[in-house]
Amino acid sequence: MRDAFINGLAAHAKKGRDIYLLTGDLGFSVFEDFRNSFPHRFINVGIAEANMMGIAAGIALSGNTAVTYSIIPFTVARCLEQIKVDVCYQNADVKIVGVGAGYAYGSLGITHHATEDISILRGFPNLRILAPCDPVETSACLDLALRDKGPCYIRLGKNREERAHKKALKAKFGGSHTLKKGKDITVLVSGYVVQRVLEASRVLSGLNIECRVISMYSIKPIDKAVILKSFSETQAIVTVEEHGIIGGLGTAAGEVLAESGLNNIVFKRLGIPDKFCEKTGDRNYLLDKAGLSVTRIKEAIVECINRKRTINEGRL
Amino acid sequence: MRDLRIMAKDIRKIVIDMHACSGASHIGSALSIVDILTVLYFKVLNIDKVLIKKESRNRFILSKGHGASALYATLYKKGMIEDRHIRTYCRNGGLLAGHTDNFRVDGIEAATGSLGHGLPIACGMALSSKNNGWKSKIYVLLGDGECDEGSVWEAAMFASHRKLDNLTAIIDRNKLQGMGGTEEVLALEPLSDKWKSFGWAVKSINGHSLKSIESALLRTPLKKGRPSVIIANTYKGKGVSFMENRLEWHYKSPTANERQKALEELEIDK
Repeated sequence: MRDAFINGLAAHAKKGRDIYLLTGDLGFSVFEDFRNSFPHRFINVGIAEANMMGIAAGIALSGNTAVTYSIIPFTVARCLEQIKVDVCYQNADVKIVGVGAGYAYGSLGITHHATEDISILRGFPNLRILAPCDPVETSACLDLALRDKGPCYIRLGKNREERAHKKALKAKFGGSHTLKKGKDITVLVSGYVVQRVLEASRVLSGLNIECRVISMYSIKPIDKAVILKSFSETQAIVTVEEHGIIGGLGTAAGEVLAESGLNNIVFKRLGIPDKFCEKTGDRNYLLDKAGLSVTRIKEAIVECINRKRTINEGRL
Repeated sequence: MRDLRIMAKDIRKIVIDMHACSGASHIGSALSIVDILTVLYFKVLNIDKVLIKKESRNRFILSKGHGASALYATLYKKGMIEDRHIRTYCRNGGLLAGHTDNFRVDGIEAATGSLGHGLPIACGMALSSKNNGWKSKIYVLLGDGECDEGSVWEAAMFASHRKLDNLTAIIDRNKLQGMGGTEEVLALEPLSDKWKSFGWAVKSINGHSLKSIESALLRTPLKKGRPSVIIANTYKGKGVSFMENRLEWHYKSPTANERQKALEELEIDK
């Protein structure tokens, strides 16, 4: 996803967009093309995130577009007030790009894990939140963010993630992409864990359970219509995200369902539990330990299918 | 210069009225910066309600946003804020709040009120200006207590590293902050030395001498290739004898009686 972002950004800049790229001293060997092509607009501010975000706002208030880049926990928590006041309140044309969603930098330890960023940022008005699931969605999300003038947070994994989409597509705020059709249950997913969800779906197809898999790349605003439509057509929803269980995609979807007025809501959130990670390991190892293995995803889906059947039988 | 003195006096009177009417805090913080703002807006910035729309204009950020009433009063005297908004300062349904967070008001370049934000934003503006080939200058006014915030020093390092000599910071050195004197809370001295060691060109002046303020500001950049900082020695509450240098006037607002006494003092003062 990271390469899709940087290549896309360089392409936009080469087409004449007045884009500044700021980093807090991260991105070694990543930005050479942009840096060489636009030396005056590549700004490494040093290890100073609060300053970086303020500078980005100042650049945006001067009529340019600023894109900031850092590892998610730093770009969110260290300059939160700058994001809130300098960027969001002033509706500044700043795109906040973070890498390292969830456990992407797993073995570096918890200071480099990103498990609460969506929860925190959803609280700020004016800030759109995009969480693409693969490099193809990343390009689409970047295009979308740059087409628009205003604050946007783009949550990236890292590099060399598999493609879930076969061809290029367009993104829109409040949109989603259906990756797999199905009538038995809907799985709403964001980010890298889409691969695990698709794998679980493949296994379940063999057991005659057809999952509808939807990438909710737009977390805020969220595609309310697709949530409600999916629920009325499949009667059960599971959410899966490489983010904490509190405040992310799951909570956002739950908000929609809880206020929908619909009955018999069968709904389950899968995500990283509300505990600091106690294990050491890489992304896949930690995701498995956190209960986001293909097996656990399958089990959660089956559990919901069973709940759905119980409810339906009760109605007959 | 006489005209400028009269202007500063008028602005002080408006500030006193604004606080007496609304009961809002921070009158001391506003009065300490009136002379600086008078010189900026009537001699240095070259800003008015037409020029404020130009992208390559000079820009001023009030980083110590709690001094808002002084800036609003100054902008009113420039014809950039309407009388009705001054009258409803901090009142229900009014446009102007206690900190300069309404950046949609012409003349308010950045939403401030939380400290430490103005200098980084000013750095971004100064950088853009240079890259865009504009001749514009960026000014930012900080409180001295505000220099406790780490983000100020991140920006200070950045500005000198990037040679932003189109950037001038002004410090309202009134030596008071929220809970006491600056030197008893978190000592800033040697303040000049700190800025110098961060690579800035520094000048200390009497922050209530219109002549000194004008002379210092018109000389910036003080040194080519370096950002400039003017440490303006001031008094909180300046202009009203019973408010001068008194911490409580950070918080209190004048009663009807106190307003009367204050206005009378200003009237007598030449």
